[in-house]
Amino acid sequence: MASNNRPLSPHIQIYKPQLTTFMSITHRATGIVLAVGTVMLVCWLIAAATGENAFNNVQTFLGSIIGKLLLLGWSYALFYHMCNGLRHLFWDAGRGFEIETAYTTGRLVIGVSILLTIGAWLWGYNAMAAI
Amino acid sequence: MSLRSPLGKVRGLGSAKEGVAHWWAQRMTAVALVPLLIWFVASICAMADAEYNAVRDWIATPMVSIMLVLMTVAVFHHAQLGLQVVLEDYVHTEWRKIASIAIVKFTAIGLAVATIFSIVKIALG
Repeated sequence: MASNNRPLSPHIQIYKPQLTTFMSITHRATGIVLAVGTVMLVCWLIAAATGENAFNNVQTFLGSIIGKLLLLGWSYALFYHMCNGLRHLFWDAGRGFEIETAYTTGRLVIGVSILLTIGAWLWGYNAMAAI
Repeated sequence: MSLRSPLGKVRGLGSAKEGVAHWWAQRMTAVALVPLLIWFVASICAMADAEYNAVRDWIATPMVSIMLVLMTVAVFHHAQLGLQVVLEDYVHTEWRKIASIAIVKFTAIGLAVATIFSIVKIALG
């Protein structure tokens, strides 16, 4: 079929990877990750409503290595999506579109989301030590 | 200069006839979620590894129950709006697109109802 040999417009693989494009797709990816993560939150609340055994089972899972890795991933995804979401709201207001500004706010989002994740986990471990 | 007619401007609707409702709801739930999720994550951090009774007492506090229900509504509304856009972008077969969006919406409503029921059950003992 001749129509199958028609030239295609330039696609993603011929462009040089850039911070802005990487952060854009990461925003979407973290959104999907967080949507999946809500299932864990729902399990935790249903378990708390069901009874002590169910709740302790969920807590044991969340305290395991796999559980902690999942929580680490979800906490970073949440902070990233929140910080980058604020960046998007800033754009929605028509501000920050200059290339330099987009890179500055992008680096700021990555830095702040990492700091918030570390801060939250330090807080959690301190709270556990205090009990 | 705008090419839109004065009537078109006042109505605020595009060719899809629903205006910016979806886009706007996504932004408004995002704004609501910023304080709600900062509060939730901070609370969870402060009671990491808390016992069953302590967690239930916390959830049952009226202000906490209310905040949790508000957060649940905003989270699932925001999530299903976002997933809908992802599916609209990447699923090109019409029936698959409609089916996957329907599954996302039903799941979001189911999870939200399960969450709110759990909160209310704990709150009302």
